Amino acid sequence: MIAFALRRFGSLIVSLIVASFVIFAVIEVIPGDPASFMLGVNARPDTLAALQAELGLDQPLPVRYLSWVGGMVTGDFGTSYTYKTPVAGMVADRIWVSLPLALYALILSTVIAFPAGIYAASRRGGVGDTAVMGATQLGVAIPNFWFAMILVLIFAIKLRWFSAGGFVGWDKGVFAGLWSLTLPAIALALPQAAILARVMRSSLLDMLGEDFMRTARAKGLTRRRALWKHAVRNALIPVLTILGLQFSFLLAGGIVIEQVFFLPGLGRLIFQSISARDLIVVESVVMLLVFLVIVVNFIVDLTYAWVDPRLRRRA
Amino acid sequence: MTLLSIQDLSLSIGDVDILHGVSFDIAPGQIAAVTGESGSGKSLTALTVMDLLPRGTRTTGRVMFEGTDLRALDDAAMCKLRGNDIAMIFQEPMTALNPVQTVGDQVAEAILIHTDQTRAQAQARTRAMMDRVGLDSIALDRYPHELSGGQRQRVCIAMAIALRPKLLIADEPTTALDVTTQATILDLLKDLVAEFQMGLLMITHDLAVVADFADTIAVMEQGRVVESGPTGVVLRDQTHPYTRSLLAASAHQVDLPDAPDPAALLVVDGVTRTYRKPRMGLAKPGVVRAVDDVSFTLGRGERLGLVGESGCGKSTLTRAILGLDAVQAGTITLDGRSVFDGGLPVRRRMQVVFQDPYGSFNPRHRVNRLISEPFHLLDHPPTGADRDAAIARALSDVGLSPDDAGKFIHEFSGGQRQRLAIARALIVEPDLIVFDEAVSALDVSVRAQVLDLIADLCRKRPLSYLFISHDLSVVRTVTDRVLVMRAGRIVEQGATADVFHAPQHPYTQDLLAAAPVLPDYVFQEGPP
Repeated sequence: MIAFALRRFGSLIVSLIVASFVIFAVIEVIPGDPASFMLGVNARPDTLAALQAELGLDQPLPVRYLSWVGGMVTGDFGTSYTYKTPVAGMVADRIWVSLPLALYALILSTVIAFPAGIYAASRRGGVGDTAVMGATQLGVAIPNFWFAMILVLIFAIKLRWFSAGGFVGWDKGVFAGLWSLTLPAIALALPQAAILARVMRSSLLDMLGEDFMRTARAKGLTRRRALWKHAVRNALIPVLTILGLQFSFLLAGGIVIEQVFFLPGLGRLIFQSISARDLIVVESVVMLLVFLVIVVNFIVDLTYAWVDPRLRRRA
Repeated sequence: MTLLSIQDLSLSIGDVDILHGVSFDIAPGQIAAVTGESGSGKSLTALTVMDLLPRGTRTTGRVMFEGTDLRALDDAAMCKLRGNDIAMIFQEPMTALNPVQTVGDQVAEAILIHTDQTRAQAQARTRAMMDRVGLDSIALDRYPHELSGGQRQRVCIAMAIALRPKLLIADEPTTALDVTTQATILDLLKDLVAEFQMGLLMITHDLAVVADFADTIAVMEQGRVVESGPTGVVLRDQTHPYTRSLLAASAHQVDLPDAPDPAALLVVDGVTRTYRKPRMGLAKPGVVRAVDDVSFTLGRGERLGLVGESGCGKSTLTRAILGLDAVQAGTITLDGRSVFDGGLPVRRRMQVVFQDPYGSFNPRHRVNRLISEPFHLLDHPPTGADRDAAIARALSDVGLSPDDAGKFIHEFSGGQRQRLAIARALIVEPDLIVFDEAVSALDVSVRAQVLDLIADLCRKRPLSYLFISHDLSVVRTVTDRVLVMRAGRIVEQGATADVFHAPQHPYTQDLLAAAPVLPDYVFQEGPP
């Protein structure tokens, strides 16, 4: 198991290095130079030269790459060209919105999807199954920003339980912070939960047809107990794959929901930086998101091995 | 006193009637075999006793277990009986265990759900049961994938007998196992029956297995018990024609024409194929020699057999001969050309017939397209009327009708599909055909017909083939010469009759001793 974790960790490091090459190459190397892109076609030559010097574009490529990576490792993400503030600080403010929001949505989606999927599978073909599958069909079909608007309409405008947008900040207390993230988290979670519930159900149904389920019944387990003790853990493997992908989406793909709820998150930061052609921010934030996604995949890999002993031996 | 008495049991799924008035009894300490070909309803009979039938099944009749009609019990009552008084083991030990739970936990679970023993007590009993079934070297925290097929079946047996059930149902418990493993599992079951005085309901398609194992036999055909009684009587008297035809088919001998004087066709010389084992920790990964310095020659017109148990390297060698996998050392040539870099000219001279008649055809293509597929190997494939004529000829050769060309594969039975696979192999008139367990998935009567077909084809044209099988009785009848393979090496080779009559290598002797055979009295002149 430890050897397995070390191997996966090794591949995590390799993935990060490859990703940093790709991001660096896309932004700094292809085509033209970032300074003229950021300033546009009508820039004055002296402004351009000043920015080029500031970005270190007069340095050779390897030096620029190493100083960028070195900066990232030591927490120096450069200085935003538009806001003239350190990128690290901007990211730090926003990641404390995006990361909790993604986790919150992930937990909600799991809490909704697992019981729903298990329930539907155990009532296969029955009324309960049809109802759950109908609901998830809707959940998959309806876009999350529309959900978001409906939620705002009902819970913020009519019932006035939540504010319609914005984030109060963690300094108002954990509960207040979570409270203001609740509507966005639900909006993000519901479509994800619908997909997850469907995967859980079909994966469980596959398991119910397996020979070892028949063995469990022959042992004297009731249908329900056989499902819980033998099918669920086996069914988790495809579900974990989807869960890992969903977290990555929730982290970076919350962009639309952040817009709807006026949340100062990473998605909005990237969106604004791209509009403002602030490549320094884009480069660093993209690298950070890639880092988080790779770490999540690493955790998913470890969970696979925990769930399925057959994977512990392989690379 | 009877333990289990099945009385007039009928069963239907949807509109299809499957069992018709099945009746038989089992006494404590008795081994009762139910035998028949696939679709005869033997497994459903067993599942009825367990009340584990698929949904939508309706049954009538009585299943009396110690005086109680099991059909009248609800699922809660059946759950108390299952695993406690009635236990069952299944055909596929590879998939019968939960892959993510240790074998110890799975055996202990059977004890924990039926008794109020503590975990420690259950563990101790599990250990004792594992020792009893011959798994004393296996730790309880091992996972199923770390065990061999025979060991997994022993775990299933330990699980089934943990609470000393009065009745054990075994559904083809050794069909998926090698002959030597099969022999040891049958011995174990026999010992356990005597020791625990339990009844054993043994479902099997293999009459040879039953012959010196079961006390009574019920022969089933299409949902009916056509003949039943003490084993010796049923096998000797064979009063029902179906019993007679089953016994004849399972000992079927074909009549091969004499092989012509061999001129070397396929030459395998010093072939070695190794695989790297997965790396464990930081140590250098080990190497498995799947095929280890194998050499043999197959002559033109020769019928060569290759036998060996699972994992002996048969499949690796077959893939190498077909040029599908490269080898680390040695050469394989067909008529002097290497099979690895000979390209199409070599490829079209070899064809293969696989084991699974269901998986080896594309279900969306029609027969004419399926069996003419090898034409793409030819430089000038026949077109138009020539192509149709070739397809019609190939179909007639294997005993099918040229009209079948327009059908889809699902319209054919397993035996017919294997005929189509042979037609597909023959259509380019190859020099060599590789039969890779080609009759292993077929029922005995269908198998007999396909073997006859092969012999028939040999009479029509000089056919050279390599016949790979784990089934010794089949290899014995359709080959001139045989190779015995073990752990990647050919341990014995020679004329088939000689090897079977007087095996030289100890492994061949073990194999032959372990293979179940029908007793001689079956084939002596019986009643008319």
